[in-house]
Amino acid sequence: MEALMESLFSNVDWTEIGWASWDTLVMVGMSLLFSVLIGLPLGVLLFLFGKRQLLEQPIAYAVLSFVVNVLRSVPFIILLIVMIPFTVMLIGTSLGVAGAIPPLVAGGAPFFARLVETSLREVDRGIIEATQAMGATVKQIVFGALLPEALPGIIAGITVTAITLVSYAAMSGVVGGGGLGDLAIRFGYQRFQTDVMVITVALLVIFVQLLQMAGDRLVLYFSRR
Amino acid sequence: MIVFDQVQKSYQVGGRAIPALHSTSMTIETGEVFGIVGHSGAGKSTLVRLINLLEPPTGGRILIDDENITGYNASELRAFRRKVGMIFQHFNLLSSKTVADNIAFPMKLAGIYSRTEIRERVDELLKRVSLVDQANKYPSQLSGGQKQRVGIARALACRPTILLCDEATSALDPQTTQSVLKLLGDINSELGLTIVLITHEMDVVRRVCDRVAVMDAGEVVEMGAVSDVFLHPKHPTTRDFVFESENIDRDEMQQDLQQAKGRILRLTFRGESTYTPLLGSVARESGVDFSILSGRIDHIKDTPYGQLTLSLVGGDLDTAMQALEAADVHVEVLR
Repeated sequence: MEALMESLFSNVDWTEIGWASWDTLVMVGMSLLFSVLIGLPLGVLLFLFGKRQLLEQPIAYAVLSFVVNVLRSVPFIILLIVMIPFTVMLIGTSLGVAGAIPPLVAGGAPFFARLVETSLREVDRGIIEATQAMGATVKQIVFGALLPEALPGIIAGITVTAITLVSYAAMSGVVGGGGLGDLAIRFGYQRFQTDVMVITVALLVIFVQLLQMAGDRLVLYFSRR
Repeated sequence: MIVFDQVQKSYQVGGRAIPALHSTSMTIETGEVFGIVGHSGAGKSTLVRLINLLEPPTGGRILIDDENITGYNASELRAFRRKVGMIFQHFNLLSSKTVADNIAFPMKLAGIYSRTEIRERVDELLKRVSLVDQANKYPSQLSGGQKQRVGIARALACRPTILLCDEATSALDPQTTQSVLKLLGDINSELGLTIVLITHEMDVVRRVCDRVAVMDAGEVVEMGAVSDVFLHPKHPTTRDFVFESENIDRDEMQQDLQQAKGRILRLTFRGESTYTPLLGSVARESGVDFSILSGRIDHIKDTPYGQLTLSLVGGDLDTAMQALEAADVHVEVLR
């Protein structure tokens, strides 16, 4: 059995795979955390400033919306490079796993913000009206009614964002970010080591599957409809 | 007391003002059940939302217990809204909260009640609306009638003085409608709170309301005690509503009237006179023969009434009519 593994995956350095997996986990985990921390309030503001919403602000909405659209329309590989000076300013380096996280957040946060905005829009307007009729402040409406009601949608949004970040993180090799995707490109593709390619892609598939399953379970748990 | 003083509301649509409510003045007394009936788009939804300023008026003043609510600032408005409960056609319960948490929600928002106060009040309200066993369920696990009872309990949580009902029974089946209306009636008489109820069903008005306003195209076209408006409708819209609620086919009725002989009278009995054996004795004394063309005996809120359409032949018609009127029966000559 061991001999078979040896011959089939002769190029695979399992320690290397282990480190790459860890790098991917760190990049996705950290960038997801910050994407949610930034994207959630951004999404709430986008929703509140929107047309016929609680704090209707056409100009503020247009500005936020434009920024979000710009960040979302730049291909991630370009964003990674354009962000370099800013990343250095922020964390002192633009290299490695740490250097990959700010561009990942810049790509993930606006994406997640749009998903939050959409799921808030799906909350029945009647619920907002009823809460208003109880004498709630805008803050109370957001935290007491809107976010709890939209929670399943927001969790689904976090899942989608996490999976998107997994695929973005694969490009982080450009700044030496490492991770499974980087391994697949450098060894699997550039050095024609098909076995490395197979293993890394398989691990990525498993990772995405696990994320999706966990997300779906949470959504189900929080759905009371 | 809720006073509308030349209140009007219009919406800006594409730079043009579309009137939803033409200048309206009226008074809703403290402790009464006031119905607003109208077809969809007649402006009744707007009217009821003006009372808690979910829709701010574009003109006029709204006085509640002599205070001009249209002049409130944001925090005064929030404090005022706590004293006005509201229930909705589609219940608008929070699907993420249990029945008990939904009822507690307005009290938590108010931020002036202790945890024990909230728990006790919720228990009391659950009992009041007979939902003690459902306290820990989520709204999706309840029937429509149960959901509306949660809505009512939630609306009562902060002990409001006014309860607004926005088509509260329109999504319910007839039986459930009856039980919800009964609950509203009980609440009104026990707590003495003012209820303003909008509906498109005259039957709802007949069962629970003391007074009614009929709306058509953004205007109140008829207003008065339910028994007056219901038994003697004047405006065509009101007549439509009454006929609709009694399932009367107007063409058929006309045909019946054409075939009948002699005089045709419509008699309206109200209250005690409904139970008096009157027709037989009047017929004997005046020698008039009668046949009943149509009739209905029912209740308006708690008052019994009867309305009969008769054709009368022979005898002394004037004596008969005088005898009926003397017995407090309202007599209309239809032909």
